[in-house]
Amino acid sequence: MILEVADLTVSFVTESGDVSAVDGVNLDLDAGEIVGVVGESGCGKSVTAMSLAGLLPRSARVSGSVRLRGTELIGAREPELRRVRGKEIAYIFQEPMTSLNPVLTVGRQIGEVLQEHERLSRKQVRQRAVELLSLVGIPSPANRVDNYPHQLSGGMRQRVMIAMAVACNPTVLVADEPTTALDVTAQAGILDVLRNLRDRLGTSVLIITHDLGVIADIADRVVVMYAGRVVEQAPVVELFAHPHHHYTDGLLKASPTPGRHAGTDRLQEIPGLVPVLTRQPDACTFADRCPAADQKCRGSAPPLTASSGSQAHLAACWHPTRQEAKR
Amino acid sequence: MTNALELDGLRMHFGPVRAVDGVSLTIPRGGVTALVGESGSGKSTVGRCVVRLLKPTGGVVRIGGVDVTRLSRRELRPHRAEVSIVFQDPAGSLDPRMLVGDVVAEPLRLAGGSRLSRRARQQRVSEALAEVGLRDEVARRYPHELSGGQRQRVSIARALISSPALLIADEPTSALDVSVQASVLNLLADLQRDIGFACLFITHNLAAVEYLADQIAVMYLGKLMETGSREQIFARPAHPYTQALLAAAPVADPVRQRAQQKVLLGDDMPSALDPPSGCVFRTRCPLAFEKCALEVPPPVRIGDGEAACHLVQADGTRPDVRTGAHG
Repeated sequence: MILEVADLTVSFVTESGDVSAVDGVNLDLDAGEIVGVVGESGCGKSVTAMSLAGLLPRSARVSGSVRLRGTELIGAREPELRRVRGKEIAYIFQEPMTSLNPVLTVGRQIGEVLQEHERLSRKQVRQRAVELLSLVGIPSPANRVDNYPHQLSGGMRQRVMIAMAVACNPTVLVADEPTTALDVTAQAGILDVLRNLRDRLGTSVLIITHDLGVIADIADRVVVMYAGRVVEQAPVVELFAHPHHHYTDGLLKASPTPGRHAGTDRLQEIPGLVPVLTRQPDACTFADRCPAADQKCRGSAPPLTASSGSQAHLAACWHPTRQEAKR
Repeated sequence: MTNALELDGLRMHFGPVRAVDGVSLTIPRGGVTALVGESGSGKSTVGRCVVRLLKPTGGVVRIGGVDVTRLSRRELRPHRAEVSIVFQDPAGSLDPRMLVGDVVAEPLRLAGGSRLSRRARQQRVSEALAEVGLRDEVARRYPHELSGGQRQRVSIARALISSPALLIADEPTSALDVSVQASVLNLLADLQRDIGFACLFITHNLAAVEYLADQIAVMYLGKLMETGSREQIFARPAHPYTQALLAAAPVADPVRQRAQQKVLLGDDMPSALDPPSGCVFRTRCPLAFEKCALEVPPPVRIGDGEAACHLVQADGTRPDVRTGAHG
């Protein structure tokens, strides 16, 4: 395993008391693997991503373990983390315009990353920047390298962000909603770039998204999060074909998918609201919205366990959908 | 019978920027038309012209048969109740200092409903809230106390309280989570069926309108590329842009999504300041040829709709952007 996250727990100190954002998340990422983390706003997916390289603000209390090739990162000192960021774990975020500096050319910005971690001459830096722009599919990279961010479209800016992120050939690329701010036509291109990086450089990719379509397109394995916990984890085809957790099932049925709703005129809803948690209860956090919930679900938290069928398919549910069908 | 909405050659130019450049569209009473396009296509500007938040620079807007294109604010007032709009961001379109009850009642007050007694107004507000599935007590809350989905329900209640014949819904679910999005889409569909208002549903997401719209209009760079029934647009899209848009939207099904042949458009929509000559889509169209740069393609009747493409012919001949075949 390249990256192993074990029992990661994050809470924030706020005026209205502590807020639990992530509760005991386990997650791993193999070499050259693309893992998708999916969930709705507030489920803790971004906080999980940010905590990997220590990007959370000081108000966050983080515990548990994040191991990168066996090296523990939780509690690591700042100089150690600085070496890891960019060189080992790199990030791209949702909004490329606010992540880029408007007064520097894209070549300069890519150059900054290179110089932070590698000793290169100015000429080498420029040449490397052009190579990187070409790697992420920017046409005529030798000209684009001198462009300012405002001269590029949203999709092109996100490509520049990816070029910066992979400048030092990181082991892990964390992409937090990389296509959410883009049009579908640009989105398809960005997903292709990420796939291409994995294929050509062997980069492991952790992609965070709320969009099941994106997951279906790119992920090898999927982790579903709800209210700070991992509720289900499975290889992508298996997850979509046989969701075990009722939340996953509901999410799939609620997503508009061309063709699937032929003959019906309604989408399935998930009743109720995502809970805001000041303290994680010893109960299933989905119980209040779940069609299969009973006393057991409200009295103790289900552990994330393998199903009878496959060791790779885990779900945290006392009454998984499959067993229900058998009854 | 008069139509709920008629647009005839609608133009909205902002100085040299041709945001909307000759859009013609008809929505019959009780009909639902989806206006689909990427960001920058001009689709929201069309909506703003219809509710006359903007004064069009050319063409005609008729609401219920009445030409409202050039009416002054005063002249417009009696027609305001005829058409309402729901915006994308419910947090930004509800006054944070007004109680929800006052927000919802405001259209009544503006429509000269001051003759309505306080009691009668309250009665109408609770009816409107009940219609959108909110409890009466919500009227005494402030918008910030509600969730995103609840706020959008408040926007819908406000829009419908004046019993408009036409509702403009401008990306009403794009800011919402998947599970909440489903319930708001269902609500709109139910209300539309029960009350029977006509609706112009503006969205970037084709999948969201599959079971909601009767008609679909696809817009690109200020112009309509294709119109047709929902069935035809999904099953037999004629215009290369419609085909590309459908192919680009990822399907939440890994098996289908990965089997699907991708069409990559290159992600730069040209500027509306300097749109391409001839067909505005030609710079991104994989099938473009000489004629496309020289002549603006006129809309051609195909099936139950129209497509503006030189490769589409009235005998049903249409291009296929995936195979690159002309016809």
